[in-house]
Amino acid sequence: MVKVGIVALQGGVAEHYHMVRLAGERSGIPAEPVIVKKPGQLEGLDAIIIPGGESTTIGVVARRVGLLEPLRDALLSGTPALGTCAGAIIMAKRVTAGSKGGQPLLGVMDVEVHRNYFGRQRESFELDLRIDFLDEKPFRGVFIRAPAFTDFWASARPAATARIDGSEVHVAAVEGGLVATSFHPELTGDTRIHEYLLRLAKR
Amino acid sequence: MLGASHYSPGLVDVGFDAIVDFFYRLAEAADRLREEGLFDYQPRPLPEVLEVPERGTVRVKLGFPVYQKGGVVMDVTNTEQASIAEEAGAVAVMVLDKLPYDVRKSGGVARMADVKVIEEVMESITIPVMAKVRIGHYMEARILEEVGVDMIDESEVLTPVDEKHHINKWLFTVPFVNGARDLGEALRRITEGAAMIRTKGEAGTGNVAEAVRHMKIIMGEIRLLRSMPPEERIRKAREYGVPHQLVDLTARLGRLPVVNFAAGGIATPADAALMMWLGADGIFVGSGIFKSRDPPERAAAIVLATSMWDEPEYVVEAQRMISEQKSMMGIDIRQLKPEELLQTRGV
Repeated sequence: MVKVGIVALQGGVAEHYHMVRLAGERSGIPAEPVIVKKPGQLEGLDAIIIPGGESTTIGVVARRVGLLEPLRDALLSGTPALGTCAGAIIMAKRVTAGSKGGQPLLGVMDVEVHRNYFGRQRESFELDLRIDFLDEKPFRGVFIRAPAFTDFWASARPAATARIDGSEVHVAAVEGGLVATSFHPELTGDTRIHEYLLRLAKR
Repeated sequence: MLGASHYSPGLVDVGFDAIVDFFYRLAEAADRLREEGLFDYQPRPLPEVLEVPERGTVRVKLGFPVYQKGGVVMDVTNTEQASIAEEAGAVAVMVLDKLPYDVRKSGGVARMADVKVIEEVMESITIPVMAKVRIGHYMEARILEEVGVDMIDESEVLTPVDEKHHINKWLFTVPFVNGARDLGEALRRITEGAAMIRTKGEAGTGNVAEAVRHMKIIMGEIRLLRSMPPEERIRKAREYGVPHQLVDLTARLGRLPVVNFAAGGIATPADAALMMWLGADGIFVGSGIFKSRDPPERAAAIVLATSMWDEPEYVVEAQRMISEQKSMMGIDIRQLKPEELLQTRGV
């Protein structure tokens, strides 16, 4: 049984919960979603999901409840993880266009993330993407006030590119067992990214 | 499992994708109904393959409030208050000309906030910015969409311009939130295209009693639906004035099909935790923060209590961060005359 902890301080938690169960059924890798709000709940997890939400809120609450440090330790010690949207921001080592006072981050991936890269909610969009670590079939990207990846170093590399108005924008990143996306796979019926996380966890 | 409706077996079993699909399918059925003049509201159909970005889809409109869940939206009237809200961990701010408490005191016609103030707030913070329009006021809504606010609240706190009709929200790219006192109101607003519902409560009173009442009514009516035979639900749908498919979906989910926040009179961390316990997905705080005498501490405390509502030690910690002597005074709703109630506007 692969235990997948979902950081549940704020944001799209139930949506990932649904996807983890579905991915378990479809992949044949039995998976159990686990809600994580306090440090003690990180024990015995095989994978971690940091959901979308407001990155400032998740960061502020995580710091206050003492989840920030243990979560960082878990990711640095090699627990595979998926961060979507705000989750990707929180995992990044460098964030541009962040809140003025600075915001609490995990800083575990060698990427630069630009917050609200595509604009405001009015500019939120759907677009079919090709993901490097999946098969050829397009993946529906759902971008909601989404960030983009603007720099990669060390072993981090881009994993999906969106072509928008003639320019190419990186919208997913992979570094070892860490996967980050600008978009929300949990808002689609496509479990391939969650299944990929389960395979990483099983390895 | 985890209590309340946040991880309701319905939502976890059915999933977000199926809910989005539902609204598109309903629109297909409505295409036929429309010819008979029976049903006017629907989203635009979406192509199968998207090679260029498609904006304003049902998925991104219903998706936006998903990322507000477990969070606090705070009413603000200027950039200073907006910064305090962002620092404290608000998931969004709602820009108003006057806080609901002052709307109540000053009387007269309450309208949309100054565009200049809204734009200043948008430039000063990184979190989403919402603003209110009067019920039925298409042009205030068009203006806010053009300005670029992230969500529009078609709100009973402002003076309604249309006694009979709400805005057809399917016509907009920006998602809307609407207030409701019972399930019928909530489902009518969803039928009109609302991407999010909040209880009306009784705004500007600092008294959470009405929000509690409205949330309990909505949850109770949903429980009732679940125990009804299908033919009874069709009758209920007719009574509510909504498609019976929407009533069936709500019964299947065991909760509203869109994100559902609590609003109206929330003034303390304990109030926020109470509303979360009753099944709210998140919290709107109006006058409760900036009509108190400890706004930064109170804002941070309400954020903590909303996120950690099911962990008592953190709710205690949150409540310890504020002082009851600094809470807004509040108004006993029984002292209000019927014409002073805001919640009866726009049903």
